[in-house]
Amino acid sequence: MMDNTMPTTTASDHPTSRPSHRVGRRHALECMIWAGTGVVWTMSGGVPVSTLLGTAKAADAGFSFLQLSDSHVGFDKAANPNALATLEEAVGKVGAMKAKPAFMIHTGDITHLSKDVEFDNAAQVIGKLKLDGHYVPGEHDMIDENNGKAYLDRYGKGSNGAGWYSFDDHGVHFIGLVNVVNLRAGGMGNLGAEQLAWLADDVKGKSASTPIVVFAHIPLWTIAPEWGWGTEDSAQALALLSRFGSVTVLNGHIHQIMQKVEGNVTFHTARSTSFPQPAPGTAPSPGPKVVPAGELRGLLGITNVVYKPTATALAITDTTLAG
Amino acid sequence: MKKFTRHTRRDGLLLLVTALVVTLSLTRAPALADDPPTATVTIDNFVFKPATLTIKPGTKVTFVNHDDIPHLVVDTTGKFRSKALDTDQSFEFTFATAGDYDYYCGLHPHMKGKIVVAPQ
Repeated sequence: MMDNTMPTTTASDHPTSRPSHRVGRRHALECMIWAGTGVVWTMSGGVPVSTLLGTAKAADAGFSFLQLSDSHVGFDKAANPNALATLEEAVGKVGAMKAKPAFMIHTGDITHLSKDVEFDNAAQVIGKLKLDGHYVPGEHDMIDENNGKAYLDRYGKGSNGAGWYSFDDHGVHFIGLVNVVNLRAGGMGNLGAEQLAWLADDVKGKSASTPIVVFAHIPLWTIAPEWGWGTEDSAQALALLSRFGSVTVLNGHIHQIMQKVEGNVTFHTARSTSFPQPAPGTAPSPGPKVVPAGELRGLLGITNVVYKPTATALAITDTTLAG
Repeated sequence: MKKFTRHTRRDGLLLLVTALVVTLSLTRAPALADDPPTATVTIDNFVFKPATLTIKPGTKVTFVNHDDIPHLVVDTTGKFRSKALDTDQSFEFTFATAGDYDYYCGLHPHMKGKIVVAPQ
């Protein structure tokens, strides 16, 4: 039927439409103001408490771990001409912390285009943390020509399927899920039957009092279906976790902080270390948000938010850090 | 060696011409056109434009990504799949056979489009 069809891929550069790869010092520093962020999680009575990096309260006691997300190493467009530099800035902030996190979780989109050089550059910078790293892929990490081999060769050892796995640390059961492969037309993120079956088996026999932390790239609750910001079969995954007293779900993908509590489940999305994306309903598409230089500090004031679940009610209050 | 190569090329060309003639007669194409018809689908702001493109059989369609974010052009039934297209990169596919082709972005599956190849 299709024997004389000819798929080809061509690349054409339009130098005039591309920003210069050379970044002026002033521009790079401006980007770092809003982009060089990470989140530190502290386990407190089985309830994770998040603190934005750079705040005085970060990881002041107990067990904490670091979440980085959406580094997009290789991205060089107007929204941030040097995503590697802003990742480096985030890493530098971790280095300045008094209490070192126990390990790092990266919730995906380590790279922009799954290129070897991007993975290598990211690994070199993240390596400066000198922390054990636990990764899940974003969709940008699975677009090499071998359907994710570049990512899985680096980070998939000991994992299942497209890279999902679990581990235990400090009495917390951590579950890394992959919802960025085999996406269906018209749909959102997808876990799939094989991964759900694995998850059911993974938590079987665990005490309901075990604190659970789930991390995956695309949010596991529906934020904006028109932009694909959600996971189609996340309800099935959450049903498998409903008997647990404390479940925390950490995601990335949307390059902005969103958080909600539903029953015993706390959902949180992390900021990106590379570029901001618009809030749902405020832009025609979820593409990178170019921030005018004059608005950067205002944005910083609005987005520097600390969320603190109280120990008694699992409610969350937010406080801006804007001074 | 050179002589052998030339012969091989000539034979290959002959085969190609024969194949073309056979194909053209089977598909009842109009008298040998100079160039195959072409059409373009652009990607701007996470949208395929036009959302539905109607073409004749044999049209070569170029999908061009104008976003700062990569996209993948994937046929729902697996007939074609592009590589990740970075900014200003494009993917070409020649639609030889009449029919409806639903496609989407493999990275952002809420992005959908359709190519209608109308029979002649």
